[in-house]
Amino acid sequence: MNALVPNPALDAPHPLLEARGLVRRFGGLTAVGGIDLSISEGELLSVIGPNGAGKTTAFNLISGLDRPDEGSIRFNGIDITGKPPEAVHAAGLSRTFQHGRVFANLSVADNVLVGAHRRLRAVRPPWPVIGPLAELALALIRPPSVKAEEAALREEVREILSIFGERLLPRIDQPAYSLSYANRRRVEIARALASRPKLLLLDEPTAGMNQTETAEMLEIIADLKARGQTILLIEHKLDMVMRLSDRVIVLDDGKKIAEGAPLAVRNDPAVIEAYLGHGGVGAAAAAGPASGDSVRLLA
Amino acid sequence: MTSWFDHTINGLIIGNIYALLAVGLALIFGVSRLINFAHGSVYVVGAYVGWVAVSVLETPFPVTLLIVVAFTGLLGIVIERFGIRPLADAPRIAPLLATIGLSFVLDQTVQILFSPDPRAVPMQVPNWRINIGGGSIGVLDLLIGGIGITAATALFAFLKLTKWGWAVRATALDRDAARAMGVDVDQVNRIVFAIASALGGVGGVLVGMYYNVITPTMGFEATLKGIVSEVVGGVGNVPGAIVGSLLLGLVESYGVALLGTSYRNLFAFVLLIAILVLRPNGLFASRRQLPPEPMTGTFVAPSKPVNLPVPLVAAAAAVAIALPLLIDSGYLIQTLTNAWLYALLGLSLTLVAGTSGQVSLGHAALLAIGGYTSALLASNLGWPVWLTLLIGGFAAAGIGTLLVSPAFRLRGHYVSIATLGIGEIVALVILNWESVTRGPIGVAGIPPLSLFGYDLYDTNAIYWFAFALMALLALLQLRLLSSHLGRTLRAVRDDDIAARSFGIGLNRYKGLAFAFGGFFAGISGAFTAHMYSFINHETFNTQISVLALTIAILGGMGNVGGAILGAVALIGLPEIFRVAAEYRILLYGIALLLLVRFRPQGLLGTV
Repeated sequence: MNALVPNPALDAPHPLLEARGLVRRFGGLTAVGGIDLSISEGELLSVIGPNGAGKTTAFNLISGLDRPDEGSIRFNGIDITGKPPEAVHAAGLSRTFQHGRVFANLSVADNVLVGAHRRLRAVRPPWPVIGPLAELALALIRPPSVKAEEAALREEVREILSIFGERLLPRIDQPAYSLSYANRRRVEIARALASRPKLLLLDEPTAGMNQTETAEMLEIIADLKARGQTILLIEHKLDMVMRLSDRVIVLDDGKKIAEGAPLAVRNDPAVIEAYLGHGGVGAAAAAGPASGDSVRLLA
Repeated sequence: MTSWFDHTINGLIIGNIYALLAVGLALIFGVSRLINFAHGSVYVVGAYVGWVAVSVLETPFPVTLLIVVAFTGLLGIVIERFGIRPLADAPRIAPLLATIGLSFVLDQTVQILFSPDPRAVPMQVPNWRINIGGGSIGVLDLLIGGIGITAATALFAFLKLTKWGWAVRATALDRDAARAMGVDVDQVNRIVFAIASALGGVGGVLVGMYYNVITPTMGFEATLKGIVSEVVGGVGNVPGAIVGSLLLGLVESYGVALLGTSYRNLFAFVLLIAILVLRPNGLFASRRQLPPEPMTGTFVAPSKPVNLPVPLVAAAAAVAIALPLLIDSGYLIQTLTNAWLYALLGLSLTLVAGTSGQVSLGHAALLAIGGYTSALLASNLGWPVWLTLLIGGFAAAGIGTLLVSPAFRLRGHYVSIATLGIGEIVALVILNWESVTRGPIGVAGIPPLSLFGYDLYDTNAIYWFAFALMALLALLQLRLLSSHLGRTLRAVRDDDIAARSFGIGLNRYKGLAFAFGGFFAGISGAFTAHMYSFINHETFNTQISVLALTIAILGGMGNVGGAILGAVALIGLPEIFRVAAEYRILLYGIALLLLVRFRPQGLLGTV
């Protein structure tokens, strides 16, 4: 209903995702207090903010893990407000999780294959009522079409894993619980990519990674962006945000305090204050262009 | 004609006894996040300690109470120390399974010491009744009410006013934070288990005096009633547990007044399922909350499954097939036939609980559905048994899945409670639906197994038939696990939120798992019915559900070969060594306890 209201902040006329006035309260605490957010196709939008700013809560509202108390979310032309995660995923949105939620006992390959679950066509006929039983029968009988589909997907899994170089391919049959933390984050991204999402939500993809690994992840995300993947990114490492983003939104205390191009946001006094507190404002401003670095160090 | 006043008083008295149980369960859940299935067994121990005090030591009532409080309080401390604390870091379902094992051990010990026969507990208070309006209140009624109110007040004062009470509440709110602030969490747990168990023990004595009868088997029902009360009031909510108990007591009492005694438990379990489905956080739940993260509803220890080499499996199968020709022992062959049928049940549960993570405690109900369907179709309509076996399997799959479907939205402990309740409901429907199931008399003279028009009476023929069915279905399950459904079900088990985020609808896949598993269990139940030619509502009881779970855990959750090995080990070995029946249950309890503690991945590893 709000989609017709013109929003000067947008470049494209039809945003892929548009959230308006999102509010989520936990008891007395307002974790998200009226956030607007939109992202156009092909764009990379970063959401930053101090811990507890409401970034992950906003992500959960968008991806259907949690329902907003107020506000609306439209995605790809459909109203997904308060829809369950499977419906949001069906509309074309895939996400990773802040703390990493791989399927611990599944192999790397199976984890990624689960990401492609909705793309299974031959084995999941879209028939009403008897669909599930047909799926069971086809899984047991395995006609050639089902076998071919599975084989093609397994081939594709190797391709997806190859974007992480030799990090995951040699471990393709190992259970996910045996992987390092960084590798589990990579599996999560591979799983999300296997679904061929219209919009990819990445929740701190480099958390717990060292500098080399972070640089590698930056390359991978830049590569995805270059291929036209629309990405919504939560990230603490400002350096990475500055390099990758088309646009940055800064949250603090559940509210949006700044939005715009990376450089503009970086020098926004409100942002610096949010990160450094009141005492730091003068010092950061006095430091001039170097202030961005001090922000990064402290973040 | 008893008046409504009497029913109300009766309901409140029973509710008071439930409250003694439910408050303990709520306290324990508060600090340990554990539903204590051994709680009813402590209540049984309390009842028998009370009986010894009154009948043997001839103590006066207050001394009896003191002895019971001391004994069961101590028992609570022992349970906490040796049963629960070692599992603090295990998946949350592990201590729950341990308490089931403990309840088997305690119940069976009481039964071995005191015989299974009911005993009367002499009432130690005068039998005066005060007439009020159309009804009357007895001294014992007032006493039970008084003890309930006193206990609640004392507990309230303890929690609100004492230092250890604060520590208990702090631990319930956030165990780690409490520990970090210097609260001795182990001591808190000890205190809570002691208080809860003492309250449960007192409940046992009082109920013994109220009904004037105690049996070693009454603990299971007490546990269930306590859990129902706790769920109604909101799990872990102490005042809620009291209200829930009184409500349950009243609902049961009025229900009995309307329909008769055999419906008492049906009301309790229907209330349980209704609350779980409509208000899973209880009647007094606060606002909707986010599901906790990460999920710990499953009992699947990370492990590499043992890869059985194909030649070894083939050799084992060949030995199993040739066995009747090699050994001339009808007894051994019958025992192994039984093991194959339990293997079918184990396969069913290892898929549902192991592969899909839905730890069902009502699996025997699927056997019952299959058994009754096949038995009734064959005896009433004269259909050929091979056909009714199949129909029995499909009936268990269809009806079972339909019955469990309200529980698909639940997770972790709640799935176990709901399936337990649904299993009880099935047993009670079988008991009460006399026009179809022949009620408590059971179905006798069930036609024998037959194949291609030939009746199978020969022990060896039945053995081969059972083995062939089991082997065939095991292969089918392996095929399922290697398909996309295998990984999908395991994904649901490992992290249902992440699975949903990738478009996996939980209803659909939990439903498929229950349907596939239900078919196996239904065939097993039907086979059993025709083999024994008699079944009644007690043939497939909760002990069998727990045994099935022990088989699945022993073999390794989700492990097909493991389920077969587990069945042979748990059914075959005690039979071969001729362990007496009452010790066998004890053995199962101990096996479950040791497995959960020392080898949660089972013999062949989880898949």
